Amino acid sequence: MLLAPIIWVLTVVVMYFFAAKVWWFPPPINQHGLAYDAQFMRTLVITGVIFFFAQFALGWAIFRFRDDGRRASSSHGSNKWETIWTTATAVLFVGIVLTGTKIWVAVHLSDPDPNAIPIELMAKQFAFAFRYPGPDGKFGETDLAQVNDAAGNPFGLVDKDPAGKDDIVSASLKVPVGKPIKLIMHSRDVIHNFFVRELRLKQDIVPGMEIPLYFQADTPGTYEIPCSELCGLGHFQMRSTMQVMAEADFEKWKQEQAANK
Amino acid sequence: MSEPLAHAHHPPQGFIRKYVFSLDHKVIGIQYYFLALFSVLVGMSLSLLMRYHMVHPDAKVAWFAKLWPTAAQGGIMTPELYLSLMTMHGTIMVFFVLTTAPQSGFGNYFLPIQIGAEDMAFPVLNMLSFWTTFVALVVMVAAFFVQGGPPLSGWTGYPPLSAIGPLAGPGEGLGQTLWIVSIAIFCGASLMGAINFIATLIDLRCQGMSLMRLPLTCWTWFVTAILGLLGFAVLLAAGVLLILDRSAGTSFFVPGGLLVSDQILNHKGGSPLLWQHLFWFFGHPEVYIAILPGMGVTSQILSTFARKAVFGYRAMVYAILSIGFLGFMVWGHHMFMSGMSPYSAMAFSVLTMAIGVPSAIKTFNWIGTLWGGKIHFTTAMMFALGFVSLFVTGGLSGIFLGQPALDLYFHDTYFVVGHFHMIMGVAAIFGMFAGTFYWFPKMYGRMMNETLGKIHFYVTFVGVYCIFTPMHYLGIAGNPRRYSDFTNFDFLGKLLPVHNFMTQAAYGTAAIQILFFINLFWSMKYGKKAPMNPWNATTLEWTIPSPPPFDNFGGQHPVVNHGPYEYSVPGAARDFIMQTDPVDVAHVE
Repeated sequence: MLLAPIIWVLTVVVMYFFAAKVWWFPPPINQHGLAYDAQFMRTLVITGVIFFFAQFALGWAIFRFRDDGRRASSSHGSNKWETIWTTATAVLFVGIVLTGTKIWVAVHLSDPDPNAIPIELMAKQFAFAFRYPGPDGKFGETDLAQVNDAAGNPFGLVDKDPAGKDDIVSASLKVPVGKPIKLIMHSRDVIHNFFVRELRLKQDIVPGMEIPLYFQADTPGTYEIPCSELCGLGHFQMRSTMQVMAEADFEKWKQEQAANK
Repeated sequence: MSEPLAHAHHPPQGFIRKYVFSLDHKVIGIQYYFLALFSVLVGMSLSLLMRYHMVHPDAKVAWFAKLWPTAAQGGIMTPELYLSLMTMHGTIMVFFVLTTAPQSGFGNYFLPIQIGAEDMAFPVLNMLSFWTTFVALVVMVAAFFVQGGPPLSGWTGYPPLSAIGPLAGPGEGLGQTLWIVSIAIFCGASLMGAINFIATLIDLRCQGMSLMRLPLTCWTWFVTAILGLLGFAVLLAAGVLLILDRSAGTSFFVPGGLLVSDQILNHKGGSPLLWQHLFWFFGHPEVYIAILPGMGVTSQILSTFARKAVFGYRAMVYAILSIGFLGFMVWGHHMFMSGMSPYSAMAFSVLTMAIGVPSAIKTFNWIGTLWGGKIHFTTAMMFALGFVSLFVTGGLSGIFLGQPALDLYFHDTYFVVGHFHMIMGVAAIFGMFAGTFYWFPKMYGRMMNETLGKIHFYVTFVGVYCIFTPMHYLGIAGNPRRYSDFTNFDFLGKLLPVHNFMTQAAYGTAAIQILFFINLFWSMKYGKKAPMNPWNATTLEWTIPSPPPFDNFGGQHPVVNHGPYEYSVPGAARDFIMQTDPVDVAHVE
C-alpha cells in the first residue's frame, strides 16, 4: 500500500529533473546538433508519457486492488487488449527509430563534401594528435619506426618525403568556423574514441582502421574532447580540445605553425 | 497416484555425497545460490570502493595500502586499481551473480519440482556443472592475488587492450589470462547446465503437464537455457581465440601496425571488431539470461498474491519466446560507434525496437494481472512489484540507446551505465529477492521475517532509484563511463555533486543489505515453521512437504489436471485450484 505513493513520488522526482534540465547538454554548435536535440526531445516526451502512465497505473493497481475483503475477478486475459497494446507499441517504437534515421544518414551515409578540409587524428595511450597537410595540401608519408613523441613526431613523419615537410602537427584540434571538416581517424595502439559534446558526435577510433568523420562547427569557442572508449589506466585523463576559430585566425594559426617548424 | 513405494529413492548417507558432491538438484540449487551470494558480496564491495574513489580520488586510506601494497601505494588508489576493481565488479556480477542465481540456483531447485520430476535429467552432469562453475570462480578471484592484479579492460575485454599483454598496463599480464581462462571454464559449466535444463524440461514433465500448463518460471528457465547454449558456445570460441592471440602469437583480433609503449608489435591482420561481434553475440542474449528468470518469478508471484490468473498467459509465453529469438539479432546495437557499417546500425536499431514490443507486452500483462486482483502485500510481492517498476524505468531508457542517432552522444556515457544497471542489474536482483522470499519456506521449511523483509525492501527500492536514475542525468551532461576520477575536465567538475549523492546512496543501500543477510540466516534456524503451502499457491512445489524429501514426490508420480494459475475461479470452494487437484473441482457451478 505504502508502495503506491512511493512509486508516484519517485516518478515525479525523476521526471522533474529531466524537465528542470539541471544537468544537461551543452548548447549545440551546428545544424546536426539542433536536429539531434529535437530527436532527443521527441524521444524524451514519448518515453516520458509512457513512463508516467505505466508507473502511475502500477501504483494505482497497488492502491485500488489491495486486499479489502473483495473476491478477485477471474479474468485470464483479453485478446483485444493484447492486440491493441502490441500494435500500439510496435508502431510507436519502430516509428520513433525511423524518425531519427535521417540524422544518422546525414552523419554517416550522405555524400561526403569533396571540399571538406582534411585533418588527420592519431590517438594513442593517452593523448590525441592532429595533423594538417600544410600549404601543399598533401599529407606526408609516415612510418611507425619513425614515431617519436618526445621529438613532436607522434605520426612518424618520414624525413625524406618532401610532402611531409610542411605538415603541421598539433596536440589540439583547430577548425575554421562554418567549414566542412573531414577528420581522418587512426589509432596506433588500442581503441579510443573521439567525442565532442557540443558537436553531438562520437566515433570509436580503431587501430587497423581508417575511419572518416565529417562535421562542421558553426559557433566559435573551445570545446573539450574526452576519450570515450576504455583505453587503459590513463583513460580518464586522455583529453584534448577543439577550438573553433574565425577562418582568418585559422589561416594565421597555420602560418605560424608552419613558420615555427 | 499410488505407485509402488519401491520407486522411492533413498538419499545418500555420507556427508560428502549429501552436501558436497551431491547429485540432488535441490542441494546443487542451494550451492549455486550460495556461490552467487558470496559473489554478490564481493561485487558489491568492489562497487563501494569504486564509488569512494570517484568522489575522493586523492584520499589516503591506510588499509588500501595493506590490501594493495603496489596498486595503492601510500593508501592512494591508482587509476589502474580503479579499473581492475571495475572489471572484476562487472565480471563477477554478470557471470557469477546474474547468470548463476536466477537460472542455476532457483532453476535447479524448482524446475524439476514444478514439472513433477524427481531430479534433473542428468544428475552427474548437474554436479559437474556446479563444480566447474566453482573452479571458474576460484580462477577469477585468483586474479586479485597475482602480479599486476586483475585486468583493467572491463567486463567486455575489448582487444587490443586485452590482447597485447602487460604492455597495455598492469593487470594485462597474468591477471587478464586468468580472467579469460575463468570465463572459458564458466562457459563450459554453463553449456553443461543448459543441456541439462533443456533435456529436463522436454523429457521429464509429469503426466498432464502440457507445455501450456507450465508455470511461466519454467518457460523462462527453458528459454534462458537455450540462450545459454547458443551464447556461451560463441563466447567460449571467442575466449579461445583471445588466449591464442595473447600467448600463441596469432592475430585474430590484433591488427598490424601497432606501437605500444614504444614497441612495435608483430601482429598482423586481425580485427578488433571481430571480438566485439563475437562477444556481443553472446553478450546481448546474456542480458536476457539475467532478466528472463526474474520475469518468470515476477509473473508467478504477482499471480499468487493478486489471487488472480496471469493476464494473457499465452501472450506471456509468446513474448518470452520472441524475446529469446530476437535477443540473438540485436547485438549490433552495442557497436553503433564501433566503426562497423552504418547500414547495419540501421537494421540493428529496428530489430532492437522490435524487442521492446514483447517487453512492453509483459509489462502490460503484469499490470493486467494486478487489475481486479486482491493484493496481499508479502515481502515477495513487494519485490515483484518493485521489479515491474524498475523494469519500466530501465526499459524506457533503452528507447534512447537503441537509436543510433541518439547513441552518437550517449554511447559510453553514464546514460548507458544507468540503463543497464536499472534493468539487468537491480531489476534482476529484485527478481532474486522476490524468489528468495517466495521460495524460502519451501527450501528451509521456515518462514522469513516479514517486518525485516519490508524494511529491507523499502530502503533498497528507494536506494536503487537514488543510485541509478542520476546516472541518466550525468549521461545527458556527457559524463563518460569508466573514468576513475573527474578532475581533468572542466565539464566533469560541475557534475561532482551528483556523483557525491550517488555514492552516499550506494553506502546506504549497501548497508541495508545487512538486514537481508540477518533475515536469511536467522530464519533458517529460528523462523516460524512453514506449512506445505504457506501462500495458498497452485504449482507443484506447494503439494510436497517443506523442505521436500530427497526425491521430491516420495516415489509418487503427480498428475496435473489444471493450468498453473487457477486463482479465484468462480464456483470453486477455495480461491485457488492446485495443478494436481482433481479435474471436477473447477466445475461446481
